[in-house]
This record gives sequence, structure tokens and C-alpha cells, in this order.
Amino acid sequence: MMDGRDSVRHRAFTRRTLLLSGGVVGIYTVLAGRMFQLQVLQQDQFTMLAEDNRVNVQLIAPPRGRVYDRFGVELANTSQNYRVLIIPEQTKDPEATLRELAQLVPLPEARIQRVLREVRHSKPFKPVLVTEGLDWDQFSKVNINAPDLAGIEPDVGELRNYPFGPWLSHVLGYVAGPTDEDIDEDPELLSLPGFRVGRSGVEKAADVELRGKPGAAQVEVNAYGRVIRELSRREGEPGQDVVMTLDMEIQKLTEEHLRGQSGSAVMMDVNNGEVISIVSAPGFDPNPFTTTVTPQLWKELNQDPLKPLLNKAITGVYPPGSTFKPIVALAALESGAMKPSNRVTCTGAVALGNHVFHCWKRGGHGSMDMHAAIKNSCDIYFYECARRAGIDAIEAMAKRFGLGQVYGLEIPGEKSGLVPGQDWKTRRGLGKWTTGETYNVGIGQGALLLTPLQLCVMCARLANGGKTVTPHVIKSFGDKPRELPPILNLNLDPAHVAIVHDGMDAVVNEGGTAARSRINIDGFEMAGKSGTAQIRRITDELRGKSPDQIPWEYRDHALFIAFAPVAKPKYAVAVVVEHGGGGSKVAAPIAKDMMILALQRDPAGKPSFVPGTRTAGTAAVSG
Amino acid sequence: MPLNNTFGPTGRELRFSDKIASINWIVVGFITAVCCIGFAMLYSVAQGSLEPWAGRQMIRFGIGIVIMFVVALIDIRAWISLAYPAYAATLLLLGAVEFFGRAGKGAERWIEIGPLQLQPSELMKIALILALSRYLHGLNLEDVSKPLRLIPALLLIMVPAGLVLMQPNLGTATILVVGGCGMLFLSGLSWKIIVPVVALGIAAVPVGWNFLHDYQRERVLTFLDPDRDPLGAGYNILQSKIALGSGGIAGKGYLQGTQSRLNFLPEKQTDFIFTVLGEEFGLLGVLTLMGLYLAILVQGTLIALEARSHFGRLVAMGVCLNFLLYILINTSMSMGLIPVVGIPLPLVSYGGTALITVLFGFGLLLSVQIHSGVDIPRSAANIW
Repeated sequence: MMDGRDSVRHRAFTRRTLLLSGGVVGIYTVLAGRMFQLQVLQQDQFTMLAEDNRVNVQLIAPPRGRVYDRFGVELANTSQNYRVLIIPEQTKDPEATLRELAQLVPLPEARIQRVLREVRHSKPFKPVLVTEGLDWDQFSKVNINAPDLAGIEPDVGELRNYPFGPWLSHVLGYVAGPTDEDIDEDPELLSLPGFRVGRSGVEKAADVELRGKPGAAQVEVNAYGRVIRELSRREGEPGQDVVMTLDMEIQKLTEEHLRGQSGSAVMMDVNNGEVISIVSAPGFDPNPFTTTVTPQLWKELNQDPLKPLLNKAITGVYPPGSTFKPIVALAALESGAMKPSNRVTCTGAVALGNHVFHCWKRGGHGSMDMHAAIKNSCDIYFYECARRAGIDAIEAMAKRFGLGQVYGLEIPGEKSGLVPGQDWKTRRGLGKWTTGETYNVGIGQGALLLTPLQLCVMCARLANGGKTVTPHVIKSFGDKPRELPPILNLNLDPAHVAIVHDGMDAVVNEGGTAARSRINIDGFEMAGKSGTAQIRRITDELRGKSPDQIPWEYRDHALFIAFAPVAKPKYAVAVVVEHGGGGSKVAAPIAKDMMILALQRDPAGKPSFVPGTRTAGTAAVSG
Repeated sequence: MPLNNTFGPTGRELRFSDKIASINWIVVGFITAVCCIGFAMLYSVAQGSLEPWAGRQMIRFGIGIVIMFVVALIDIRAWISLAYPAYAATLLLLGAVEFFGRAGKGAERWIEIGPLQLQPSELMKIALILALSRYLHGLNLEDVSKPLRLIPALLLIMVPAGLVLMQPNLGTATILVVGGCGMLFLSGLSWKIIVPVVALGIAAVPVGWNFLHDYQRERVLTFLDPDRDPLGAGYNILQSKIALGSGGIAGKGYLQGTQSRLNFLPEKQTDFIFTVLGEEFGLLGVLTLMGLYLAILVQGTLIALEARSHFGRLVAMGVCLNFLLYILINTSMSMGLIPVVGIPLPLVSYGGTALITVLFGFGLLLSVQIHSGVDIPRSAANIW
């Protein structure tokens, strides 16, 4: 039925169809070639890219080491910190995401703005902390809604806890987010969201040990960065636990005694320099510092007249007053300028040139030998003692006892105080040293300035007969004891030491200035030396008035140093109560109570805690 | 027109059983094989689950295959007489989409008729093949190149293509235009017309650029330089190439494709399913699928060449051309050879309308094959 015209167009159709088929074969060849290129020639390259896509390396923050007292009481630990992160590259509009999140958890506007600023400045794949410290309910809500909140990642981090809060604020310090400079030091680890570094106290001094080393996990992630599974893991090293030399019970007692006052107290083991207790009052609660300090709290702490943020035990410098007299006595004895039996008559005042120097006792003590002078803290005797010894001998003796220096205590911020001398005066361009100044130094006044820690070190070196123990608060990192500087001998004449010890014994036990703080327990007897540091020139108007009649800020500082037991000293203590009035009245009773508790508990005589053994048995934890 | 009033190559009337017996089961087998590959891949991209894609796709395949056989058994002469009304109806639907269409993925492609969601642009692919074949069936070889005869054919192509482009749906518009022009080419359009038009077309590319939507320009730019914005628009191309390349010769194994399983591939159940196949089954898997496609095309071409009626030949080649264009556009997009266009891989990608349309097309192809002995007078092309 096919007509001619039909067969013409059929032939044309067939021709064109075959032509087209040829074209198709050509295109097919191109496609096959392309597949060969992708899947055979470039296979390695693309396999690598696929692996890059798939695998992410994530740092695992090491758990921070805990801090224990010498018997294993936890002083700083970590708890779970429920928090929320945002990964910038996973959300198109971080602001909208945060606003949605704000309907689930409290998120103040200021914080949203801060997070957004950080999001803009950090790398897109780097998680940024949005909020933390959530309770379980809030955290659950975020978890349930997380799939709808692009880029929002609920996460469990660490939160540092200080169970004893203000009792240890100045010792432990606190941790906080790293500064830019910190981050430069270890960018990978420190820029982990919510990572904390030690900001002050032991947390800062032992930060490297406490921090540990980060682990890493290779994880498979999907295109949105969500972790699908873990492929491999290299465990990091958890931070080392730190065992302190402190005995928390004594620390607590000390804090309670100083509460409401501005002052500090330090107790040391005289034989090895371990600090048993170190308190600066008032303290503050370090816990808010680990997350956010509200401006209000910050203002309160800064405006408190008792200065809770200052660690007075190591940064407060005070004239030591009479507590310095044992050093003057030793300087005079060693130089031969004074024999123990040499007597000086105290009439209540002595003239030097046209200046009159007073004794604290207006009527005078009468004739004094060295024992009596220490016992009664006679100023006239020590003016004479200092004059005969000379400032050079006193300065040298003070420095041998560790005054005017820092010890490298594991609590940053120590002040070195000042031990004045001829060199110091000329160097400062203050002219020539005068005998009057020697007089003042002789009774612990003048330019002489010491910290309570230095007072305690001085007292400990007196108590142990002149061995240069160095104060420290860290006993061990993990189970490795801390390395200490060697203990040298000051080569004091034991007879000289005995005279000073006897004098200090008499201060407390033979009706001396601190007789009211005598310890009536056999074998616990305490020797001490009180001090009252003038913080102003005594005017005639104020002279003789009792502390209650003077405004608080003009009152004298009360000081007391002590060691016990007298026969075989174990502990030394130094107490400074700012504007407390008389040393024997205010400071000595605190020292007494601390000493009794220390002697009862006897931390130095008991084995100390070794971390990691706590679960194995409680034998190490006693008392 | 009664179904049994037809004549086979022997001149006798074709009975229903004759039609069933003469069906090209080879084509049906290949089609089924490709669809099964599709089910397997949809199962894989759902992380080894029939939900949400593979199961539904199987049901649609069941419906589609029934439609295919029904279409195949309908007399070819019925199709030529239905061609214009079907075209007109589809054109109306396409117009309706412009006004009542529901937006999906930024494109107005769907229209709802009761519970049914229709993509008139998909239906138009079939309608255009039928209408154009009927029109060309009525023309002599030399008439095809005469402007007055050519213009109606061009209008048949360009009017629906224009509407589809306005939706906007560049992929389908391309298929309509290229498929339609391909049929003109097969009908023997003079080289004197083809060469200048192609040259003019190339010259007009810069002009056409201005008519593209922003997202379309973005696709083209990104295609030319995928690294321009690797996490933005270039992401799809790059990730697809990574998936294919990392598949290697033998692939990563079924259900083991990391790129797709971890969602690095976008639209993996539709536009980028070829990539999933390439990742999990490698070059061997890709060549197997391409081989099956080629086998279907070869069979289709043979059916076209053996048909007695010009209408039948054109319909058969029209269906093949459409099918071919789907394959070429989708695969070269996955390989990073052309910009990203929303064209599914036929019979494999998830999507109801596309699957049913393609199977409808194969129904027509089989109808041409069953009725290959039937002559159709030129007068059948006339409207009156």
C-alpha cells in the first residue's frame, strides 16, 4: 500500500535514524570515557576526598585533675555541665537559630549578641558555646528539639566545683575561660568550647599538671557535621590529681576564727615546710567565677572594705612589730654585741638626739635581761639590742630567715615585703641610714614590711633551730611527691636558739604578754611572740587609749607567731588580724586554737593520701 | 474504533491473543530490569529501608506497567485520532498550572485533580510526541522544510515549551524542544534549515542568558567553576563527582556508599540516584545500567524502523528520543559534564508522574510494535 512518496520519506527517516544512532553512540562513548576518567583514573583522588568528607578528627577534652587535702578530702572536683553549642557552618542564620533556642532555655539578649559576635569571628566549623550550666529539664528540651535547630548541638562538658567555697578561695583560686594569649599557647586544646584554665591560686600554679593531655577521636560525620559513629579513639591523659599539704579540718577552724575580720593565718610543718593551713579572710565563693560573675557580685566584692579578693596571707604586707624581736635578739647574740645576761634598764622611754623613743609600757619594765625582754616584749631593751648589733647584722639575719623574699609558693602572687638596710636606703636615694631607723627596725617597725606567710616561715625556721624549710602547699602530683628545694642549715648557735625559745616559751607559759593563750595540755605547750603593728604615728591624743576607743581603720594590726610543742616543735603558726588591736589579745587565741587542733590531729605524723587508692581501701583516709 | 478491527502483516484481523503474543517481551524485560535497579537504589538511599521511597515506587511501577500494556494494546489508529485532542487538553492543563498550580521546589509544576497530583509538563512530553507525529504523518518529505508547513510544527513544540519554561522548568522545556526538533530532523528537515538555525542558536546563547532565572544562571556558573562556592551551589556537583570517583571500578558495595549514606549527596533519591549507583557499584554498575538503557533504545529504534506507518515510526522514535534525553541529561549532570538540571534518571529515580509517563511512552512504543503492520492513510493526519 506504500506509495512512492511514502517510500521516499521512509528512506529519509531510516537514513536520519541511523545518523542519529551514530551520534548517540558517540555521546555514549563520551559518557563512558568520562566515567572511566572519574572512576578509574581519578579514583584515588576522589576516594581521598570522600574520606575527608566522612572523617572528622575531634579533640576530646581531658578531664581536669581533682584537688585533695592531705587526707583525701576533695577540695576541687568536676561535675557534668549540660551545655549547648552552635556550629556556625551548619546553620544558615545563626541569629534565627539562637532566637528559637531562646524559647527553650533562658538566653538573655546580651548573651545572644555575644555568641553572634563570637560566631562571626571564629572558624565556621568550630563549635561556639551558647549557654551552659543547664538543669536536666532544660537540657532535655534542647535535646528533643535539636534536630529542628540547625547547628545546635547539646553537649555535656565539665564544670569545676569547689565544695568548700570561701574556705579555700585564695588557696585554690578558680578556673575560667582562656584569654587570647592562653589560646596562643595551645590553640587546639584551649579553643575547645567551654575549656577552662586556672586563673589564680593552685588552679593556676598547677594548671599544666591539672589540665592533662587531650585525646582525639576519628568520627564519621554526615554532611551536616553530625557524628554518626566513632571510628577510632586515642585516649588523652586525664589531668593529674593534686594532693595538697593542707588539713581541711584545720583550714576550716582557721577560717571560722577569722570570719568577719580582715586578716590571715598560716600554719606550717616546721620540719618540712608543708603548709597545713593558709587562710585569708574574708574569702569569696569561687564557684560563680567558673561560669559568669555578674557585674553586681563583682562590684560587691570590689567595694567590700574587708577586701575579700585580696589574698592577704601572701600579698598583705605589715610591719611585724614585736614578732620581729627574736630575729633582733639572734642578730645581737650572733654578732656578740649582746650577751644573754646583759641587762638594760627600761624607764618607759629613751632619748636619741632630740627624739624620744617610747616603750609600749608607759611606766617602764625596769632592769631587763634578754629572757625577760622577750617575755615582756620590752621595746627599750630591743632599741639597745638593735643599736649594738647594728642594722647590717639584723638585715642579714632577717634575710637568712627568709624575710624579704618570695618562696615560689604554689599560690601565685606572693609579695616579697621589705627588709630595709643601708644599701636599700642609698639605692632608693633616701640618704644615709640613721640610728633612729635601727631603733625602729629593732622593734619591728619602720620600713620593715612582712607578709603573714613570711612571718610563719620565720617562726618555723626559729622553731626548727635554723633549718631553711620552704613553704609549699602541694604535696604530690598524682602519686609523685613534689620536688622541694634542699633544706639548708643556718648554722645558728644552739645556745642562742635556746635563749630565744625560752623567751618565747615564757611569753605564753610564764606569765608573759600572751599568758592568756597558754595551752594547758601536757606535751602541747606552745611558745609564741605577740606583736602589735602601728599603722600610724602614735599621737599624744591616741596614746594610751584602748582599741575600742579608736576608729577601726586607725587601730593597730594584731600579730602573733607561735610554735608547739615547745620541747620538740612540730608546727609554727602566724596570725595577723588587721586593725585587731593587741596581738596577744586578738591574734594569740586564734593561734592557740589552731595549734591545739593541729596537735590533736597531728597531720604531720600520719600517712597522707595517695590518689587512686581511695576506692581500693579507706586505710589511707583517717582522722 | 473497535480494537479487533485491525490487520496484521498477514492482512488478517488481529485478535487480542495475537496482540499479547506479539508483544516484544525483550523490551518489557529490559524495562523491568532497569526498574528493579531503581528499587534497589531507592532501598539503599533510605539506609536499607523500603520506606519512604522503594515501596511506593514499586506500587507505582505496578500501576505504570498495567497502563503500559493497556496503552500497548490500544490500536495505533486510535492513538493518531486521539493525538490532537490529547495535546489540546494537556496544553490547557499546562496553562491552568500557570494560574492554579501549586509551588513545589520553587517551581509551579503540579496541579491537583481530586487526590491526584499531576505534572502537566510530564504529560506534555507524550502529547507532543503524538501530536507532532500526526502532523508530520501528513507531510511529504519536501513539505517538511517548507516554512508554511514547518511553522505549525514549530508552534506545536514551542507553545508548550514556553509555558513549561515559565513555570520555570528548564529541564523539561529542553526535553520538549530538543525532542521535538529531533523528530523534525528524523522527518527529513533540510540541512539548509538545520545548519543556519543551529549556528544562530549558538550565537544567541548570550541573549538567552538574560532570560534565565537567577538560580539557573547560578547553576551554569557553578558548573563552569564548581570551586567557585564549594559549600554553596557548587556543592552538588563536587559531591557527586566525589561519590562517583570514590566508587572506583567495583564500587564500595551495596548499602556502603558513604557519600549518600552520610547525606553528602543532595536529592539522592531523585536527581542524583545515578551517583549513588556509581558509588556503590562502581564503573561496572554504571556500565550495566547504561547497557540496559542502550538495549532498550536499540530495540525501540528497531521497532521504529520496522513500522509501516510514518506515524508509528515517528511515535516510536519520539519515545526513544525522550528516553535518551532523560538519560543523557541526568547522567552527564551527575558526572559534572553539564549544569545541574532537575531531570530524573528514567525508570530509576523516585517520582510517580515521571515513571508513569515513561511507561506510558513505552506503551506507545509497544503499540507501534504490535501494530507495525498497520497502514495509516495520510488523511488520518487531517483535522477534518
